[in-house]
Amino acid sequence: MWRDALLVAGKDLRIELRSRVALWQVLPVAVLSLVLYAFALGPVRHTLASAAPGLYWLAVLFSTVLATQRSFAIESGEGTRDGLRASGIDPAGVFLGKAAAVAAELAVLQVVLWAAMTVLFGVHLHTAWLALVASLLATLGLAAAGTLYGALSAGLRVRETLLPLLVLPVLAPVLLAASRAWSGALSGSVSDGVSWLRVLGPFAAVYLVIGIVLYGPLLEAG
Amino acid sequence: MSDAPIVGRSRPVWVRVVGLAGLVTTALTVWLGLWVTPPDQKQGNLVRLVYLHPPIAWVALYLAFGLAALSSLLYLWRRTRSLFWDRLAAASVEVGVVFNALTLATGMLWGRPSWGVWWTWDARLTSTALLLVLFLGYLALRRVPADPEVRAKRCAVAGLIAFVDVPIVHFSVVWWQTLHQGATVLNADLSPTIHGSMAWTLLLGFVALTLVFVWMVAVRYRIEVLADRTGAEHLEISLAERWAEGGVAVPTAPAPSNGSVELRPPSPVGQ
Repeated sequence: MWRDALLVAGKDLRIELRSRVALWQVLPVAVLSLVLYAFALGPVRHTLASAAPGLYWLAVLFSTVLATQRSFAIESGEGTRDGLRASGIDPAGVFLGKAAAVAAELAVLQVVLWAAMTVLFGVHLHTAWLALVASLLATLGLAAAGTLYGALSAGLRVRETLLPLLVLPVLAPVLLAASRAWSGALSGSVSDGVSWLRVLGPFAAVYLVIGIVLYGPLLEAG
Repeated sequence: MSDAPIVGRSRPVWVRVVGLAGLVTTALTVWLGLWVTPPDQKQGNLVRLVYLHPPIAWVALYLAFGLAALSSLLYLWRRTRSLFWDRLAAASVEVGVVFNALTLATGMLWGRPSWGVWWTWDARLTSTALLLVLFLGYLALRRVPADPEVRAKRCAVAGLIAFVDVPIVHFSVVWWQTLHQGATVLNADLSPTIHGSMAWTLLLGFVALTLVFVWMVAVRYRIEVLADRTGAEHLEISLAERWAEGGVAVPTAPAPSNGSVELRPPSPVGQ
Protein backbone atom coordinates (compact mmCIF):
# COMPACT_ATOMS: atom_id res chain seq x y z
CA MET A 1 0.00 0.00 0.00
CA TRP A 2 2.66 2.52 0.98
CA ARG A 3 4.87 1.73 -2.01
CA ASP A 4 1.87 2.10 -4.32
CA ALA A 5 1.04 5.38 -2.64
CA LEU A 6 4.57 6.65 -3.29
CA LEU A 7 4.32 5.59 -6.92
CA VAL A 8 1.01 7.38 -7.46
CA ALA A 9 2.11 10.50 -5.58
CA GLY A 10 5.34 10.55 -7.61
CA LYS A 11 3.40 10.25 -10.85
CA ASP A 12 0.99 13.07 -9.93
CA LEU A 13 3.75 15.38 -8.78
CA ARG A 14 5.81 14.64 -11.89
CA ILE A 15 2.85 15.55 -14.08
CA GLU A 16 2.47 18.75 -12.06
CA LEU A 17 6.17 19.57 -12.42
CA ARG A 18 5.89 19.20 -16.18
CA SER A 19 2.51 20.84 -16.73
CA ARG A 20 2.76 23.48 -13.94
CA VAL A 21 -1.03 23.88 -13.86
CA ALA A 22 -1.24 24.23 -10.09
CA LEU A 23 1.69 26.63 -10.09
CA TRP A 24 0.47 28.92 -12.86
CA GLN A 25 -3.29 28.65 -12.35
CA VAL A 26 -4.26 27.59 -8.84
CA LEU A 27 -1.61 29.58 -7.00
CA PRO A 28 -2.28 32.91 -8.75
CA VAL A 29 -6.00 32.51 -8.13
CA ALA A 30 -5.33 31.96 -4.42
CA VAL A 31 -3.16 35.08 -4.17
CA LEU A 32 -5.68 37.02 -6.24
CA SER A 33 -8.44 36.02 -3.84
CA LEU A 34 -6.48 37.67 -0.99
CA VAL A 35 -6.45 40.90 -2.98
CA LEU A 36 -10.17 40.57 -3.69
CA TYR A 37 -10.91 40.00 0.01
CA ALA A 38 -9.04 43.22 0.75
CA PHE A 39 -11.18 45.03 -1.85
CA ALA A 40 -14.31 43.64 -0.22
CA LEU A 41 -13.30 44.62 3.31
CA GLY A 42 -11.64 47.95 2.61
CA PRO A 43 -8.01 48.97 3.02
CA VAL A 44 -7.98 49.44 6.80
CA ARG A 45 -5.05 47.43 8.18
CA HIS A 46 -6.72 46.63 11.44
CA THR A 47 -9.80 45.08 9.80
CA LEU A 48 -7.68 43.06 7.43
CA ALA A 49 -5.36 41.81 10.15
CA SER A 50 -8.22 40.63 12.34
CA ALA A 51 -9.90 38.84 9.42
CA ALA A 52 -6.59 37.47 8.09
CA PRO A 53 -6.73 33.88 9.50
CA GLY A 54 -10.22 33.28 8.13
CA LEU A 55 -9.41 34.78 4.73
CA TYR A 56 -6.20 32.77 4.52
CA TRP A 57 -8.03 29.50 5.15
CA LEU A 58 -10.85 30.47 2.83
CA ALA A 59 -8.26 30.87 0.09
CA VAL A 60 -6.76 27.48 0.97
CA LEU A 61 -10.23 25.90 0.98
CA PHE A 62 -11.07 27.10 -2.50
CA SER A 63 -7.63 26.11 -3.71
CA THR A 64 -8.32 22.61 -2.38
CA VAL A 65 -11.33 22.38 -4.66
CA LEU A 66 -9.24 23.50 -7.63
CA ALA A 67 -6.35 21.20 -6.74
CA THR A 68 -8.57 18.13 -6.41
CA GLN A 69 -10.33 18.99 -9.64
CA ARG A 70 -6.95 19.14 -11.33
CA SER A 71 -5.87 15.93 -9.61
CA PHE A 72 -8.76 14.05 -11.17
CA ALA A 73 -8.64 15.88 -14.48
CA ILE A 74 -5.33 14.16 -15.12
CA GLU A 75 -7.06 10.82 -14.54
CA SER A 76 -9.77 11.59 -17.07
CA GLY A 77 -7.54 11.06 -20.09
CA GLU A 78 -8.36 8.23 -22.43
CA GLY A 79 -8.13 4.91 -20.63
CA THR A 80 -6.26 6.40 -17.68
CA ARG A 81 -8.69 5.12 -15.08
CA ASP A 82 -8.79 1.70 -16.63
CA GLY A 83 -5.02 1.68 -16.78
CA LEU A 84 -4.83 2.57 -13.13
CA ARG A 85 -7.38 -0.11 -12.25
CA ALA A 86 -5.71 -2.73 -14.40
CA SER A 87 -2.25 -1.99 -13.02
CA GLY A 88 -3.02 -3.98 -9.90
CA ILE A 89 -2.18 -1.05 -7.64
CA ASP A 90 -3.93 -1.20 -4.28
CA PRO A 91 -6.91 1.26 -4.28
CA ALA A 92 -5.89 2.40 -0.81
CA GLY A 93 -2.46 3.16 -2.27
CA VAL A 94 -4.02 5.19 -5.08
CA PHE A 95 -6.02 7.17 -2.52
CA LEU A 96 -3.04 7.85 -0.27
CA GLY A 97 -0.85 8.73 -3.24
CA LYS A 98 -3.28 11.18 -4.75
CA ALA A 99 -4.04 12.70 -1.35
CA ALA A 100 -0.31 13.06 -0.65
CA ALA A 101 0.24 14.80 -3.98
CA VAL A 102 -2.62 17.22 -3.30
CA ALA A 103 -1.29 17.80 0.23
CA ALA A 104 2.19 18.56 -1.14
CA GLU A 105 0.76 21.08 -3.60
CA LEU A 106 -1.33 22.69 -0.87
CA ALA A 107 1.73 22.92 1.38
CA VAL A 108 3.67 24.84 -1.27
CA LEU A 109 0.64 27.01 -1.91
CA GLN A 110 0.32 27.83 1.76
CA VAL A 111 3.92 29.00 2.01
CA VAL A 112 3.43 31.42 -0.87
CA LEU A 113 0.03 32.48 0.43
CA TRP A 114 1.50 33.14 3.84
CA ALA A 115 4.23 35.32 2.34
CA ALA A 116 1.60 37.22 0.34
CA MET A 117 -0.52 37.73 3.41
CA THR A 118 2.40 39.00 5.47
CA VAL A 119 3.09 41.58 2.79
CA LEU A 120 -0.48 42.56 1.95
CA PHE A 121 -2.21 42.35 5.34
CA GLY A 122 0.73 43.13 7.60
CA VAL A 123 0.29 40.24 10.02
CA HIS A 124 2.99 38.45 12.00
CA LEU A 125 3.06 35.01 13.51
CA HIS A 126 3.34 35.01 17.26
CA THR A 127 3.50 31.26 17.79
CA ALA A 128 4.97 29.67 14.69
CA TRP A 129 4.82 26.04 15.86
CA LEU A 130 1.07 26.22 16.48
CA ALA A 131 0.42 27.60 13.00
CA LEU A 132 2.66 24.91 11.54
CA VAL A 133 0.96 22.01 13.36
CA ALA A 134 -2.50 23.38 12.55
CA SER A 135 -1.51 23.76 8.89
CA LEU A 136 -0.13 20.25 8.75
CA LEU A 137 -3.26 18.64 10.22
CA ALA A 138 -5.62 20.83 8.23
CA THR A 139 -3.76 20.11 4.98
CA LEU A 140 -3.97 16.36 5.60
CA GLY A 141 -7.70 16.62 6.28
CA LEU A 142 -8.37 18.85 3.26
CA ALA A 143 -6.37 16.61 0.95
CA ALA A 144 -8.02 13.41 2.23
CA ALA A 145 -11.61 14.66 2.07
CA GLY A 146 -10.95 16.49 -1.20
CA THR A 147 -9.49 13.38 -2.83
CA LEU A 148 -12.45 11.28 -1.71
CA TYR A 149 -14.95 13.68 -3.24
CA GLY A 150 -12.76 14.21 -6.27
CA ALA A 151 -12.93 10.48 -6.94
CA LEU A 152 -16.65 10.50 -6.30
CA SER A 153 -17.34 13.16 -8.91
CA ALA A 154 -14.59 12.16 -11.34
CA GLY A 155 -15.89 11.18 -14.75
CA LEU A 156 -19.22 12.93 -14.26
CA ARG A 157 -20.13 15.55 -16.81
CA VAL A 158 -21.24 17.94 -14.10
CA ARG A 159 -18.16 17.50 -11.90
CA GLU A 160 -17.01 21.14 -12.00
CA THR A 161 -20.25 22.34 -10.49
CA LEU A 162 -20.98 19.32 -8.33
CA LEU A 163 -17.64 19.04 -6.52
CA PRO A 164 -17.83 22.38 -4.66
CA LEU A 165 -21.36 21.63 -3.46
CA LEU A 166 -20.30 18.23 -2.19
CA VAL A 167 -16.97 19.09 -0.66
CA LEU A 168 -17.31 22.59 0.81
CA PRO A 169 -19.85 21.75 3.56
CA VAL A 170 -17.74 18.76 4.55
CA LEU A 171 -14.63 20.94 4.76
CA ALA A 172 -16.42 23.62 6.79
CA PRO A 173 -15.15 22.29 10.17
CA VAL A 174 -11.56 22.53 8.87
CA LEU A 175 -12.07 26.14 7.86
CA LEU A 176 -13.52 26.88 11.26
CA ALA A 177 -10.92 25.06 13.32
CA ALA A 178 -7.89 26.10 11.26
CA SER A 179 -8.94 29.77 11.28
CA ARG A 180 -9.39 29.72 15.06
CA ALA A 181 -6.09 27.91 15.57
CA TRP A 182 -4.29 30.44 13.36
CA SER A 183 -6.03 33.25 15.11
CA GLY A 184 -4.51 31.90 18.32
CA ALA A 185 -1.11 31.57 16.67
CA LEU A 186 -1.24 35.16 15.40
CA SER A 187 -2.41 36.75 18.63
CA GLY A 188 -0.42 34.54 20.97
CA SER A 189 -3.39 33.05 22.81
CA VAL A 190 -1.87 29.60 22.49
CA SER A 191 -4.27 27.59 24.65
CA ASP A 192 -7.28 28.74 22.60
CA GLY A 193 -5.49 27.81 19.42
CA VAL A 194 -4.27 24.44 20.67
CA SER A 195 -7.78 23.33 21.60
CA TRP A 196 -8.74 23.55 17.90
CA LEU A 197 -6.18 20.91 17.03
CA ARG A 198 -8.68 18.53 18.64
CA VAL A 199 -10.95 19.11 15.65
CA LEU A 200 -8.24 19.13 12.98
CA GLY A 201 -6.53 15.93 14.14
CA PRO A 202 -9.62 13.69 14.26
CA PHE A 203 -10.92 15.18 10.98
CA ALA A 204 -7.72 14.23 9.16
CA ALA A 205 -7.63 10.78 10.79
CA VAL A 206 -11.29 10.00 10.05
CA TYR A 207 -11.11 10.98 6.39
CA LEU A 208 -7.81 9.18 5.83
CA VAL A 209 -9.29 5.99 7.26
CA ILE A 210 -12.54 6.35 5.27
CA GLY A 211 -10.53 6.93 2.12
CA ILE A 212 -8.41 3.83 2.68
CA VAL A 213 -11.52 1.70 3.29
CA LEU A 214 -13.94 3.13 0.70
CA TYR A 215 -11.66 4.02 -2.21
CA GLY A 216 -11.91 0.48 -3.61
CA PRO A 217 -15.71 0.53 -4.04
CA LEU A 218 -15.44 4.08 -5.34
CA LEU A 219 -13.02 3.11 -8.12
CA GLU A 220 -15.31 0.24 -9.11
CA ALA A 221 -18.21 2.67 -9.35
CA GLY A 222 -16.31 5.11 -11.55
CA MET B 1 -34.83 -8.09 -1.14
CA SER B 2 -37.75 -8.04 -3.54
CA ASP B 3 -39.90 -5.06 -4.39
CA ALA B 4 -43.04 -7.18 -4.17
CA PRO B 5 -44.32 -5.95 -0.78
CA ILE B 6 -44.43 -2.34 -1.85
CA VAL B 7 -44.76 -2.14 -5.61
CA GLY B 8 -47.91 -3.60 -6.98
CA ARG B 9 -50.67 -2.06 -9.01
CA SER B 10 -51.58 0.26 -6.19
CA ARG B 11 -50.18 1.25 -2.84
CA PRO B 12 -50.09 -1.62 -0.35
CA VAL B 13 -52.55 -1.64 2.51
CA TRP B 14 -50.03 -0.97 5.28
CA VAL B 15 -48.83 2.19 3.57
CA ARG B 16 -52.43 3.42 3.36
CA VAL B 17 -53.00 2.60 7.01
CA VAL B 18 -49.86 4.42 8.10
CA GLY B 19 -50.78 7.39 5.92
CA LEU B 20 -54.26 7.55 7.39
CA ALA B 21 -52.92 7.20 10.94
CA GLY B 22 -50.44 10.00 10.21
CA LEU B 23 -53.22 12.23 8.94
CA VAL B 24 -55.45 11.56 11.95
CA THR B 25 -52.68 12.06 14.53
CA THR B 26 -51.50 15.23 12.79
CA ALA B 27 -55.04 16.62 12.77
CA LEU B 28 -55.37 15.72 16.45
CA THR B 29 -52.05 17.44 17.22
CA VAL B 30 -53.20 20.57 15.42
CA TRP B 31 -56.49 20.59 17.32
CA LEU B 32 -54.86 19.97 20.70
CA GLY B 33 -52.01 22.34 19.98
CA LEU B 34 -54.12 25.24 18.76
CA TRP B 35 -57.29 24.99 20.82
CA VAL B 36 -57.07 22.66 23.80
CA THR B 37 -53.69 23.44 25.34
CA PRO B 38 -53.26 26.68 27.28
CA PRO B 39 -50.87 29.45 26.21
CA ASP B 40 -47.54 29.59 28.05
CA GLN B 41 -47.03 32.07 30.90
CA LYS B 42 -43.91 33.59 29.35
CA GLN B 43 -44.17 32.81 25.65
CA GLY B 44 -47.91 33.10 25.23
CA ASN B 45 -49.26 31.56 22.05
CA LEU B 46 -45.77 31.23 20.64
CA VAL B 47 -45.31 28.13 22.75
CA ARG B 48 -47.62 26.29 20.39
CA LEU B 49 -44.68 25.92 18.01
CA VAL B 50 -43.31 23.43 20.50
CA TYR B 51 -45.75 20.80 19.25
CA LEU B 52 -44.35 21.14 15.75
CA HIS B 53 -40.73 22.25 15.77
CA PRO B 54 -39.07 19.55 17.93
CA PRO B 55 -40.96 16.67 16.28
CA ILE B 56 -39.95 17.94 12.83
CA ALA B 57 -36.34 18.24 13.94
CA TRP B 58 -36.48 14.74 15.42
CA VAL B 59 -37.70 13.30 12.11
CA ALA B 60 -35.11 15.15 10.01
CA LEU B 61 -32.00 14.94 12.12
CA TYR B 62 -32.38 11.55 13.76
CA LEU B 63 -34.86 9.36 11.91
CA ALA B 64 -34.23 10.38 8.32
CA PHE B 65 -30.49 10.88 8.31
CA GLY B 66 -29.93 7.97 10.69
CA LEU B 67 -31.92 5.66 8.42
CA ALA B 68 -30.07 7.00 5.37
CA ALA B 69 -26.68 6.33 6.96
CA LEU B 70 -27.70 2.83 8.05
CA SER B 71 -29.06 2.02 4.58
CA SER B 72 -25.91 3.32 2.90
CA LEU B 73 -23.79 1.16 5.17
CA LEU B 74 -25.92 -1.92 4.51
CA TYR B 75 -25.67 -1.27 0.78
CA LEU B 76 -21.90 -1.04 0.89
CA TRP B 77 -21.57 -4.18 2.95
CA ARG B 78 -21.34 -6.96 0.38
CA ARG B 79 -23.53 -9.47 2.22
CA THR B 80 -26.51 -7.15 2.38
CA ARG B 81 -25.96 -5.34 -0.91
CA SER B 82 -29.29 -4.77 -2.61
CA LEU B 83 -30.92 -1.90 -4.44
CA PHE B 84 -33.53 -1.95 -1.67
CA TRP B 85 -31.09 -0.22 0.67
CA ASP B 86 -30.03 2.25 -1.97
CA ARG B 87 -33.61 3.31 -2.66
CA LEU B 88 -34.43 3.43 1.02
CA ALA B 89 -31.44 5.72 1.62
CA ALA B 90 -32.48 7.97 -1.27
CA ALA B 91 -36.08 8.16 -0.11
CA SER B 92 -35.17 8.95 3.46
CA VAL B 93 -32.57 11.57 2.53
CA GLU B 94 -35.10 13.31 0.35
CA VAL B 95 -37.74 13.34 3.07
CA GLY B 96 -35.02 14.30 5.57
CA VAL B 97 -33.98 17.32 3.52
CA VAL B 98 -37.57 18.55 3.40
CA PHE B 99 -37.93 18.13 7.16
CA ASN B 100 -34.52 19.70 7.73
CA ALA B 101 -35.62 22.78 5.77
CA LEU B 102 -38.88 22.82 7.76
CA THR B 103 -36.87 22.61 10.99
CA LEU B 104 -34.97 25.73 10.00
CA ALA B 105 -38.12 27.50 8.81
CA THR B 106 -40.16 26.79 11.95
CA GLY B 107 -37.12 27.64 14.07
CA MET B 108 -36.80 31.00 12.35
CA LEU B 109 -40.51 31.69 12.80
CA TRP B 110 -40.03 31.00 16.48
CA GLY B 111 -36.76 32.87 16.78
CA ARG B 112 -37.94 36.12 15.26
CA PRO B 113 -40.60 36.97 17.90
CA SER B 114 -38.85 35.37 20.90
CA TRP B 115 -35.20 36.31 20.26
CA GLY B 116 -35.86 39.27 17.96
CA VAL B 117 -33.79 37.85 15.09
CA TRP B 118 -34.45 35.42 12.29
CA TRP B 119 -31.07 33.88 12.58
CA THR B 120 -28.33 33.63 15.17
CA TRP B 121 -24.98 31.86 14.91
CA ASP B 122 -25.99 29.45 17.58
CA ALA B 123 -24.26 26.07 17.44
CA ARG B 124 -27.43 24.09 16.89
CA LEU B 125 -28.70 26.37 14.15
CA THR B 126 -25.40 26.46 12.35
CA SER B 127 -24.93 22.71 12.33
CA THR B 128 -28.52 22.14 11.19
CA ALA B 129 -27.99 24.52 8.28
CA LEU B 130 -24.73 22.80 7.29
CA LEU B 131 -26.47 19.46 7.45
CA LEU B 132 -29.07 20.69 4.98
CA VAL B 133 -26.35 21.66 2.49
CA LEU B 134 -24.51 18.37 3.04
CA PHE B 135 -27.53 16.30 2.13
CA LEU B 136 -28.54 18.63 -0.71
CA GLY B 137 -25.19 17.59 -2.17
CA TYR B 138 -26.24 13.96 -1.84
CA LEU B 139 -29.45 14.66 -3.75
CA ALA B 140 -27.53 16.56 -6.44
CA LEU B 141 -25.20 13.59 -6.85
CA ARG B 142 -28.20 11.32 -7.12
CA ARG B 143 -29.64 13.33 -9.97
CA VAL B 144 -26.57 12.67 -12.11
CA PRO B 145 -27.68 10.06 -14.60
CA ALA B 146 -25.87 6.75 -14.23
CA ASP B 147 -26.37 3.04 -14.20
CA PRO B 148 -28.42 2.17 -11.06
CA GLU B 149 -25.65 0.02 -9.54
CA VAL B 150 -23.00 2.66 -10.16
CA ARG B 151 -25.21 5.41 -8.83
CA ALA B 152 -26.10 3.32 -5.79
CA LYS B 153 -22.47 2.71 -4.89
CA ARG B 154 -21.50 6.32 -5.46
CA CYS B 155 -24.39 7.62 -3.41
CA ALA B 156 -23.85 5.14 -0.59
CA VAL B 157 -20.24 6.30 -0.26
CA ALA B 158 -21.34 9.95 -0.40
CA GLY B 159 -24.03 9.36 2.20
CA LEU B 160 -21.60 7.71 4.54
CA ILE B 161 -18.90 10.38 4.18
CA ALA B 162 -21.51 13.07 4.78
CA PHE B 163 -22.84 11.29 7.84
CA VAL B 164 -19.37 10.96 9.37
CA ASP B 165 -19.04 14.72 9.08
CA VAL B 166 -22.11 15.32 11.25
CA PRO B 167 -20.48 14.86 14.69
CA ILE B 168 -17.38 16.79 13.59
CA VAL B 169 -19.51 19.68 12.38
CA HIS B 170 -21.50 19.55 15.59
CA PHE B 171 -18.54 19.62 17.96
CA SER B 172 -16.65 22.24 15.99
CA VAL B 173 -19.53 24.69 15.96
CA VAL B 174 -20.25 24.07 19.63
CA TRP B 175 -16.64 24.92 20.43
CA TRP B 176 -16.70 27.82 18.03
CA GLN B 177 -19.56 29.32 20.00
CA THR B 178 -18.28 28.62 23.48
CA LEU B 179 -14.71 29.64 22.75
CA HIS B 180 -15.49 32.56 20.54
CA GLN B 181 -18.39 34.38 22.10
CA GLY B 182 -18.97 32.86 25.48
CA ALA B 183 -21.83 30.52 26.22
CA THR B 184 -25.03 31.47 24.50
CA VAL B 185 -28.16 31.92 26.54
CA LEU B 186 -30.33 31.31 23.54
CA ASN B 187 -31.85 28.11 24.64
CA ALA B 188 -34.98 26.99 22.86
CA ASP B 189 -35.64 24.19 25.31
CA LEU B 190 -38.89 23.88 27.18
CA SER B 191 -39.29 24.97 30.71
CA PRO B 192 -38.85 21.92 32.92
CA THR B 193 -42.38 22.04 34.24
CA ILE B 194 -44.80 21.36 31.48
CA HIS B 195 -48.54 21.25 31.76
CA GLY B 196 -50.14 17.81 31.45
CA SER B 197 -52.07 18.45 28.25
CA MET B 198 -49.02 20.14 26.73
CA ALA B 199 -46.85 17.11 27.41
CA TRP B 200 -49.40 14.80 25.82
CA THR B 201 -49.77 17.03 22.78
CA LEU B 202 -46.01 17.16 22.32
CA LEU B 203 -45.82 13.37 22.56
CA LEU B 204 -48.63 13.06 20.04
CA GLY B 205 -46.75 15.45 17.75
CA PHE B 206 -43.74 13.12 17.79
CA VAL B 207 -45.94 10.11 17.00
CA ALA B 208 -47.78 11.97 14.23
CA LEU B 209 -44.70 13.20 12.42
CA THR B 210 -42.97 9.84 12.76
CA LEU B 211 -45.97 8.24 11.06
CA VAL B 212 -45.93 10.91 8.37
CA PHE B 213 -42.22 10.23 7.87
CA VAL B 214 -42.76 6.46 7.48
CA TRP B 215 -45.57 7.09 5.03
CA MET B 216 -43.57 9.58 2.96
CA VAL B 217 -40.54 7.30 2.79
CA ALA B 218 -42.71 4.34 1.72
CA VAL B 219 -44.39 6.38 -1.01
CA ARG B 220 -41.09 7.89 -2.12
CA TYR B 221 -39.50 4.44 -2.23
CA ARG B 222 -42.29 3.20 -4.46
CA ILE B 223 -41.84 6.17 -6.80
CA GLU B 224 -38.13 5.36 -7.00
CA VAL B 225 -38.83 1.78 -8.06
CA LEU B 226 -41.47 2.83 -10.56
CA ALA B 227 -39.20 5.54 -11.98
CA ASP B 228 -36.39 3.03 -12.54
CA ARG B 229 -38.84 0.69 -14.20
CA THR B 230 -40.35 3.39 -16.41
CA GLY B 231 -36.85 4.49 -17.38
CA ALA B 232 -36.03 0.98 -18.57
CA GLU B 233 -39.35 0.62 -20.38
CA HIS B 234 -38.99 4.00 -22.01
CA LEU B 235 -35.62 2.94 -23.38
CA GLU B 236 -37.21 -0.23 -24.71
CA ILE B 237 -39.97 1.63 -26.48
CA SER B 238 -37.62 4.24 -27.95
CA LEU B 239 -35.31 1.51 -29.20
CA ALA B 240 -38.20 -0.30 -30.81
CA GLU B 241 -39.31 2.90 -32.52
CA ARG B 242 -35.83 3.61 -33.87
CA TRP B 243 -35.55 0.04 -35.13
CA ALA B 244 -38.88 0.40 -36.85
CA GLU B 245 -37.70 3.63 -38.50
CA GLY B 246 -34.60 1.88 -39.80
CA GLY B 247 -36.71 -0.95 -41.13
CA VAL B 248 -35.18 -3.50 -38.78
CA ALA B 249 -37.62 -6.18 -37.72
CA VAL B 250 -38.35 -6.09 -34.00
CA PRO B 251 -38.78 -9.57 -32.51
CA THR B 252 -41.80 -8.69 -30.37
CA ALA B 253 -43.84 -5.69 -29.46
CA PRO B 254 -42.66 -3.61 -26.47
CA ALA B 255 -43.60 -5.20 -23.16
CA PRO B 256 -46.80 -3.86 -21.66
CA SER B 257 -46.31 -2.08 -18.37
CA ASN B 258 -47.40 -4.89 -16.11
CA GLY B 259 -44.27 -5.50 -14.14
CA SER B 260 -40.87 -6.97 -14.80
CA VAL B 261 -38.85 -5.71 -17.71
CA GLU B 262 -36.74 -8.03 -19.81
CA LEU B 263 -33.99 -6.55 -21.90
CA ARG B 264 -34.13 -7.34 -25.56
CA PRO B 265 -31.07 -8.73 -27.39
CA PRO B 266 -28.57 -6.03 -28.36
CA SER B 267 -29.61 -3.65 -31.05
CA PRO B 268 -28.46 -4.55 -34.56
CA VAL B 269 -27.95 -0.83 -35.20
CA GLY B 270 -24.63 -0.42 -33.45
CA GLN B 271 -23.70 3.00 -32.05
